[in-house]
Amino acid sequence: MAQHKVNYTQDGGLPVALTSIDKIVNWGRSNSLWALTYGLACCGIEMMASGASRYDFDRFGTIFRASPRQADVMIVAGTLTKKHAEFIKRLYDQMTEPRWVISMGSCANTGGMFNTYATVQGVDRVIPVDLYLPGCAPRPETLQYGVMLLQQKIRSKQASKAQKAKRLM
Amino acid sequence: MRAYKAKDNVQAKAYYTDRFYKSPQVPKSPPESDEVFNSDLEAIKSKFEVLDSFIQVEQLVVFINPKDNYGVLELMRDELEYSQLSEMSAIDWVADRGGFEVFYQLLSMNKRKRIRIKMFIKDGDALNSVEKLFRSADWSEREMFDMFGIEALGHPFMKRILMPYDWSGHPLLKTYPLQGDEAASWYEVDKIYGKEAREEIGPENRDSSRVDRYDSDRFSRLGHEVPKGTKITGDEPEVVQPYQEEGGVFLVKKFHKDSTTIVDDPQR
Repeated sequence: MAQHKVNYTQDGGLPVALTSIDKIVNWGRSNSLWALTYGLACCGIEMMASGASRYDFDRFGTIFRASPRQADVMIVAGTLTKKHAEFIKRLYDQMTEPRWVISMGSCANTGGMFNTYATVQGVDRVIPVDLYLPGCAPRPETLQYGVMLLQQKIRSKQASKAQKAKRLM
Repeated sequence: MRAYKAKDNVQAKAYYTDRFYKSPQVPKSPPESDEVFNSDLEAIKSKFEVLDSFIQVEQLVVFINPKDNYGVLELMRDELEYSQLSEMSAIDWVADRGGFEVFYQLLSMNKRKRIRIKMFIKDGDALNSVEKLFRSADWSEREMFDMFGIEALGHPFMKRILMPYDWSGHPLLKTYPLQGDEAASWYEVDKIYGKEAREEIGPENRDSSRVDRYDSDRFSRLGHEVPKGTKITGDEPEVVQPYQEEGGVFLVKKFHKDSTTIVDDPQR
């Protein structure tokens, strides 16, 4: 017969961790950031590389999902055209709260070098953005660091109070 | 960023003002110089009016009347073995000649030859669709309509292909500004949030490298540095930035006129 005996006074103390609701909720949220697969242009290749074995986003709990309803963070990777702008808004609206947006690369940030009639001059004209990543295209390390910054941002916010939803207007 | 200038007369104006400049021309040769092309041209001439023809870069160029476009292409496909329409589009000559040049680039796999059928249509005129002859013309004609506003009569689905259906203007026209007109710059705002949101979202800031010289929070003025947050009035004292610090790492040796010698002998 196996005997399970925990000596609470010897083995590192009681198996109890004291925390606050904020911290534990944010711990959960920040460590399972499921990202919406949103490769619009060449930045999408870097985003895929970030998800693949060498950079391995799975170890951050960042798993790419193909549905906005299962995603927490939208990584806008690439040039947003004016024709596509209404769809990015629709997909953003379909994501459940709380939701975050990473604008990846010059084109998503400001329109980049596409200073033309057909390109949205920055996704923040359409949806609210939490984090801007510079670069053309940013290296996977940049995206990795960006996700870590977003995790920090999530952890620094209160979770228990009803978070004010981000609105562009 | 370059300031936008109206390009209404961009074709009428010469790019080069040098009066002795002669723009390079691609050499043309008569169609008789090629046996295959000559017989093809004779076949077209026997049924349709040919306005001009020549060989340029080993390709035959044939100018026809726009009303004959379906007939000529049918002849080319069925009798002269030009089985592929590899490209078709238009060239904007509105300012210069009041219309468009439409071209059909044809390829014969059997003859290993390429022919370009060209025609001139007036601004606002429509063209017969050749979608029944070549499937590739389906999307090409839609693109031509999207980019130039030239309609193809008899096309099964004559709608825009690249730009959204509710777009205004035809972007490949020379008169269309590269950075878009008023409707283009507000397109996504109008569509998603409505016209009343224009004021709140604000106009597009198209120059991502813009430096606001009155913003001391985010930008520093080289040579006129002030502490962060200072209100800039314009008469800040100049701070000279020497490129070689005294006793610093050597960058460039300064040139002193006194310690130089003038070389008189070019053969030295």
